[in-house]
Amino acid sequence: MVASTVLPAEHETPRITINRFGLWLFFLSESMLFAGLLVARFGLLGTEVNEEVSQSIGLLVTVILLASSYSALRAEQAAKARDRAGLVRWLTLTLVMGAIFLAGVAYEWVEAFDAFPTSTTFGTLFFTMTGVHAFHVITGLVFLLILLFNAKAGRYDEDSWPVEAGVKYWHFVDVVWVFFYPALYLI
Amino acid sequence: MAVVGGVVGGAIGYVLGAAGIMAIRAAVGARAWEVESVTAGAWLVAVSGWLLGVGAWKYWVSPWFGRPERTYATHGWRRYFDFDTDHKVIGIQYLVTFLVMFFMAGLFAMFMRWELMRTGEDVVNADQYNAIMSLHGTMMVFVAVAATVGAFGNYVVPIMIGADDMAFPKLNALSYWLVPPVLVALTVSFAFGGYDTGWTGYAPLSVQSDVGGLFYNLAFFTLGLSSIIGGLNIIVTVVTMRAKGMTWGRLPIFVWSIFITAMMSLIFTQFVALAMLMVILDRTAGMVFFDPASGGEPLLYQHIFWFYSHPAVYIMILPAFGITLEMISHFSRKPLFAYKWAVGALLGIMGLSSVVWAHHMFTSGMAESLRKPFLASTELISIPTGVIFLSALGTLWLGKIKFTVPMLFALGVLFNFLIGGITGVFLADVPVDIQLQDTYFVVAHFHYVILGGGIFGLFGGIYYWFPKMTGKMMNSGLGKLHFWAIMLGFNVTFLPMFVIGLQGMNRRIADYTPDLEPGNKMVSMGAFFLGSSFLIFIYNFIYSWARGETAPANPWGARTLEWQIPSPPPHENFEVPPIILADPYGYGEADSLHADMGIGTLEEAKDSERV
Ligand SMILES: [Cu+2]
Repeated sequence: MVASTVLPAEHETPRITINRFGLWLFFLSESMLFAGLLVARFGLLGTEVNEEVSQSIGLLVTVILLASSYSALRAEQAAKARDRAGLVRWLTLTLVMGAIFLAGVAYEWVEAFDAFPTSTTFGTLFFTMTGVHAFHVITGLVFLLILLFNAKAGRYDEDSWPVEAGVKYWHFVDVVWVFFYPALYLI
Repeated sequence: MAVVGGVVGGAIGYVLGAAGIMAIRAAVGARAWEVESVTAGAWLVAVSGWLLGVGAWKYWVSPWFGRPERTYATHGWRRYFDFDTDHKVIGIQYLVTFLVMFFMAGLFAMFMRWELMRTGEDVVNADQYNAIMSLHGTMMVFVAVAATVGAFGNYVVPIMIGADDMAFPKLNALSYWLVPPVLVALTVSFAFGGYDTGWTGYAPLSVQSDVGGLFYNLAFFTLGLSSIIGGLNIIVTVVTMRAKGMTWGRLPIFVWSIFITAMMSLIFTQFVALAMLMVILDRTAGMVFFDPASGGEPLLYQHIFWFYSHPAVYIMILPAFGITLEMISHFSRKPLFAYKWAVGALLGIMGLSSVVWAHHMFTSGMAESLRKPFLASTELISIPTGVIFLSALGTLWLGKIKFTVPMLFALGVLFNFLIGGITGVFLADVPVDIQLQDTYFVVAHFHYVILGGGIFGLFGGIYYWFPKMTGKMMNSGLGKLHFWAIMLGFNVTFLPMFVIGLQGMNRRIADYTPDLEPGNKMVSMGAFFLGSSFLIFIYNFIYSWARGETAPANPWGARTLEWQIPSPPPHENFEVPPIILADPYGYGEADSLHADMGIGTLEEAKDSERV
């Protein structure tokens, strides 16, 4: 018997599914890092919060970051609808809001250096958690900048996967903040 | 050459990163240059510069900025020094790099045993001993964690599942090229006088140790990054790239073991990265995670560290179990006994591995109420481990055993791991552990597990897949000589360690009381014999690669897919995608066939699988 079955040219899983699966696994792995930080935070200090954290700045940056998730979502929808102008507009808005978030955190840091320096337990946890999160925000902003640059050149008219990946990453960073904000400001 | 570009990129990255940190330090009024803070801050930029320079920019990132995609232009041996994305090139890169690290670490062990031949500090002083001991431990742990997964997980797994490459080839190259900075950091650490914390780097000592300690933290952090990326890639590959008909129930057991290892790497490695980051911040940013005087908690380090590092023991050993079961089936010419139970056992080990970490901390001063649950969970692990042994023994039973070199190593793993595993049950027992904590009994135990199990598995894998990877046969006479020499040397070295441990010999110390001298002499003699027997391997490895006999496609007559294609395989692995018809262990079953390779007739295929 001759083996002459018709064979598919390549493996059957579409590239986009492979990419998405990889991205979600990356989020799963990163969640462990943030979970570890939360464990350290409650392990060292229980539910104690330093009263000198600025509630107004905390609330403000949180609202802005959540709003930026919405504009990121609109950017992704625009990319999928092949709406180049909309993509550029929403990406720009997301970038601006992300930058405001960072500026708010930086302002809070300057205040915090005097109120609870790194040599206190709360300061250690506050600076580490906001710092690790801000590092992810910065990388997210770099991705968004690259997306904006390429969106203007029309490079996502065919394949919007890079936009989807950047936006999902941005959502992920926001979700982390949804856990960090109460842990550092409210509880 | 790519490596030169990497070095230049790394240097530029370091300078840029250092300038940035120094500017920030000057702005907040601190002294601009301080080697630890500046280096810790610049490290990430330097590593990024290295990766971009070594090829990530050229082949990967530059198209993001609108430049044209580039295809590979490198051929021949130069490929191994380039940002090559072929999983077969990357597997060999991993193998050779970690063999180099293994022999460096082995050399350090020789110095330790030389010092420990006699009482007193006669060869090196206590500080030098600590530095050598710490580096030996760290490097060996890195080898055990990453060598088998990196080398064979990359080279063999995609072929075994019928894929043409990994799911993310560029990410794969990235995970390999993160390894040289690890080696650089450890070497730099040694140049700065090393560190004295052992491979575990416990706080607060690690926070207080010299600048060498910082490089240990950076090295471990970077290796962690590499393992996470590598693990992610393997999971996605196994889930999405299997050939038609390669169901989960037909997956070779080695693929299962690497898949489960990859899941553990993906999830747990973040915790060791976090532990390293916390120590770095305590050292350089004046933080107080582990400083009890300011409200910190040193035990927090141990909890986070072992939450990774106990599962890491299984990251080291599961691939060796996979290799062992794989070879025992092929060389006993019998189907793998209790295949599904063995897979379940591997999964069970993964599950239990996350709830046992505090058995390393029975004497640390943690809450006493934690002891009993961790005793129980730890001893539970012996059940799935026993199932793995049953699978191996059931396969051997009444088999037509071929005592090839890789098969000898597989049997060696069983013998050694049995001793390592059973002594682990003793150590999980709280009263015994309190007596034996930090003695050579522990040292002997984990060497039986990691060297006798994990590294024996690695070398079995090398002898087994060398013909596939290089297209040359290794000399089997020299291979057998090497096996019996290290089997003897290993047991003569580590069996007496149990005894001197029971007599009270402490680990991580350059000196001991005179009554322990006879035992230590024997251990040292065994170690020198063990160390020198690796020279046989080095000779065999290099000579066979250069001048060995040409290997046929299937020298072992094994049924898994990698043996159904030429040695070494062509770039795309398969001429036509194979179709999987049954599991690969159908030895002795009439008319069974693992795969339709799409070439020639099925009858011919059956003959070739039966060689
Ligand atoms: Cu353990």
